[in-house]
Amino acid sequence: MPKPFREVLDSGKFVVTSEIGPPKGTNLEEMTRNIDLLKDKVDAINVTDNQSSAMRYPSLGGCLLIKDRGGEPILQMTCRDRNRLALQSDLLFAYSRGIRNVLCLTGDSIPVGDHKEAKGVFDLDSVQLLRTVRTLESGKDLGGNDLNGAVKFCTGAVVTPEAHPIEPQMHKFKKKVAAGAEFFQTQAVYDLNNFRTFMQHARPSNVKIFAGIVLLVSAKMAQYMNANVPGIFVPQELIDELAGAEKGKALQKGVEIAGHMIKTIKDERICDGVHIMAIGKEKVVVDILAAAGLL
Amino acid sequence: MIVGDRKPFDEIKDNIRDYKKILILGCGTCVSVCQAGGEKEVELLASELRIANKLAGKDVEIGQATIKRQCDKEFIEPIVEKAKQYDAVLSMACGAGVQLVADVMEPKPVIPALNTDFIGITESPGTWVERCQACGNCLLEKTGGICPITRCAKGLLNGPCGGTKDGMCEVDTKKPCAWTLIYQRLEKQGKLDIFDEYNPPRNFQAVVMPGKVTKS
Amino acid sequence: MVEAFEPKVVAFCCHYCAYSAADLAGSMRLEYSPNVRIVKLMCTGRVDIIHLLKAFEDGADTVFVAGCEEGACHFLEGNMKAKQRVAQTRKLLKEIGLEPERLEMFHISASNAPLFAAACNEMTERARKLGPNPLRKEIVKAK
Repeated sequence: MPKPFREVLDSGKFVVTSEIGPPKGTNLEEMTRNIDLLKDKVDAINVTDNQSSAMRYPSLGGCLLIKDRGGEPILQMTCRDRNRLALQSDLLFAYSRGIRNVLCLTGDSIPVGDHKEAKGVFDLDSVQLLRTVRTLESGKDLGGNDLNGAVKFCTGAVVTPEAHPIEPQMHKFKKKVAAGAEFFQTQAVYDLNNFRTFMQHARPSNVKIFAGIVLLVSAKMAQYMNANVPGIFVPQELIDELAGAEKGKALQKGVEIAGHMIKTIKDERICDGVHIMAIGKEKVVVDILAAAGLL
Repeated sequence: MIVGDRKPFDEIKDNIRDYKKILILGCGTCVSVCQAGGEKEVELLASELRIANKLAGKDVEIGQATIKRQCDKEFIEPIVEKAKQYDAVLSMACGAGVQLVADVMEPKPVIPALNTDFIGITESPGTWVERCQACGNCLLEKTGGICPITRCAKGLLNGPCGGTKDGMCEVDTKKPCAWTLIYQRLEKQGKLDIFDEYNPPRNFQAVVMPGKVTKS
Repeated sequence: MVEAFEPKVVAFCCHYCAYSAADLAGSMRLEYSPNVRIVKLMCTGRVDIIHLLKAFEDGADTVFVAGCEEGACHFLEGNMKAKQRVAQTRKLLKEIGLEPERLEMFHISASNAPLFAAACNEMTERARKLGPNPLRKEIVKAK
């Protein structure tokens, strides 16, 4: 049985989390295999919520599966697909089924996804959602009504250390802290100097910060993500390093790059941990952990 | 003002195909400013329809008139008499004007010639941009005069999302990120403390459709 | 091949350049098609889309707008505005069922009488090739 995530945060150890993308459908075989692969090697596993605005099996379902398999799940909730009623309902349900960690996100926009004519809800934004969790914890809902049975969550949020300009992001970061965020998983970090500067500004807020590590499998993938995935900026040197790898060894290069970055962050204690995102290649997370010397 | 743009010619032609006498009615206010349905545009559309009809061998009488606004009965009533001579009115006003004319001239068919797009301003000659969503709860004093409900693609109220790139929006990279603009504006005003204030969830029921305002 | 008819060409010419070129063509005794009716303006910037459409409505077979050379407009940018409006009107003509080639924009400097004569000949030829403005029958009928 894994430790509850909040206990892990309080322990001060170098935290490692990862994430699983659910399937587009009800065939949960691969997701189950990925969960089994990771559950004992990381402190908690996020399940993404209609990631990149593509319709998938819900995060809530993935989290229940993780619990069944003996792992520690982090529920991801975006504000894009559900209004404030549905978000509160889902929080009640999640709590009732033993889910104790929730990451509150705005959500990618509709046009980047695969249902381009859908309505993007955005009834709440991420800051308001964080406050909503705290409101529910106080025993009331957003309408001011008393709850019959409360909730308690360890809440997290996201920040983009590579944003240009960075100042508006930092102000929003502080708003999220004020709204109750206890931990932050960042968008992909590639430039450690930028990240160190970011951490200087973020440290005084006294929350746990986990650097987002996104596995790059090829130069093409890096370029695609730069152009199409919001919040991700891969520097040219890394694209070149990947392009320069021997034929068939680009993935290995990507693993090396990720592993090296994690090791540096841990050794220098730049932040409190890492969140490994190996989109579509969850199996490779184990290799990355090995490359980082964490297994 | 309300900004609209004229429907494609083929669509208009198709919508009025059953009528032999059509009065094209222009509006002298918003749609004149955005050059979609004013007196000039009425004249142009009339000429286009006359030519197209003659080429098709159709004998259709086209009348022209432009009134100050189509959203106030006092301007519509004076041309009710003239409109009686026609089978249908082709209104070049915004959707609100089309509907009031249809009410006043009931049961005469009133066909829209415009698509009504948004409440906006003139950015430069020939370009009009949306600025207001008529949310019924203006919060422009909190955002330095820049509306995040209209100009942020996600309508966020507490700062930018993580998708902004170089101050541009994730959804349309040619559009600036509204919250980056708000930040810069508040910075110039020396009011960044307002940026840090928490804005609670929006009241989406501030104006229940269809809205109504009465002055006592 | 259409039966022979005498084309009616309408030309909107600016005082400073195209009209001067027309005058010079006269002084130089240049021979060119007599089918052109000139509408003189101070600047082609004054030409609006509705004027061009009205010319066709009233039976012109081809129409052209002749302004100063680019960069040389006496009123700075009138000729460029005319150029844009002519382009826009050509699109409209297509939508309403007339051939866009019936309308053209020329930039003619005051000394370029031969170019003015060539424009007149060109637009008269186009009218012969495209045939009379189909609306002409309607006008004759109406009369």
